[in-house]
Amino acid sequence: MKQEFTPLTQEQAKARRGRNIALAFVLGGLVILFFVVTIVRLGGHVADRPF
Amino acid sequence: MADVMLTKAHTAEAPASVGDFVALLKPRVMSLVIFTALVGMVLAPQPIHPVLAVAALLCIAVGAGASAALNMWYDADIDAVMARTKGRPIPQGRIAAEDALGFGLILSAASIASLGVLVNWMAAGLLAFTIFFYAVIYTMALKRRTAQNIVIGGAAGALPPVIGWASVTGSIELAPLSLFAIIFLWTPPHFWALALAKSDDYARAGIPMLPVTDGVRATQDQIVRYSLLLVPATFLPVPLHIAGLPYLLLAALLGVAFLVLSLRLAAIPEKSPALPREGMKFFAFSILYLFALFAALLIERIVGVPAL
Repeated sequence: MKQEFTPLTQEQAKARRGRNIALAFVLGGLVILFFVVTIVRLGGHVADRPF
Repeated sequence: MADVMLTKAHTAEAPASVGDFVALLKPRVMSLVIFTALVGMVLAPQPIHPVLAVAALLCIAVGAGASAALNMWYDADIDAVMARTKGRPIPQGRIAAEDALGFGLILSAASIASLGVLVNWMAAGLLAFTIFFYAVIYTMALKRRTAQNIVIGGAAGALPPVIGWASVTGSIELAPLSLFAIIFLWTPPHFWALALAKSDDYARAGIPMLPVTDGVRATQDQIVRYSLLLVPATFLPVPLHIAGLPYLLLAALLGVAFLVLSLRLAAIPEKSPALPREGMKFFAFSILYLFALFAALLIERIVGVPAL
């Protein structure tokens, strides 16, 4: 089935750019949060363990 | 939403901004959830690493926001009719209802899973229960059916301090349940005061709030009855050793004020033009009342006031 598309208006494109940037910040924040919590949970001297 | 082109049927009149998605989370309710969860966390008998505390609060806040988005998805039809809510993003046509549903479901899953992985699964389980209770039990099952909607639904709003406590200890105990009891018993008089002021709005939307179903007189009586239950409950944190003397004095003072104001509200004649204004005043005071009690518990712990 062929779908009909309409190009985005300038306003819609601007709103979408805003949403995308917000999403990027949220995802980046999550990466940092999970990293920091991992370090906290592992405790100090993480790098000193024998392999 | 993120396709290169939008299909015709999906093209909103006014495109959804980031602010519209933030509005779906009910940020003002969220701030109260963060505050009460923080109090539960601080009162717990052991310390929590500040990073874990921030992570837990974030997850609890997003979970609360997710349940708000699900509520706005389900209630878009009645939100459009009520003056208080018709400016929300879905009735305004800025966000499609199904987008709000997806947004709410994804945030629910993400907040529960994150709280479980980062903090503990007891807290995550409680958060899941809270979201389910608010979105399904309150919004879908109770809100349009019974005047007891906010009495039972209040349990969802009362759980955040318990989740905060469980984030630290991994368990549920009587002390945080006393905070649950306070918010639970506070909710009915708080919302019924608002309903007295906005009963026309609720009637138009067909929501069976107490002033609509049972009348103004019955609502005034119920506000007094719940106030009589609430005020004694505010003393429960004292024997459970999470409150000190300043809290006890404040709870007594504010408790008397709460009872006096509820009686004064109940004394206003049914047809009085002053009723909406007085209802809003009691509604505003009730917010201050709850905030002051929880702030007292928080400050006592920060300053180091010994619990009785």
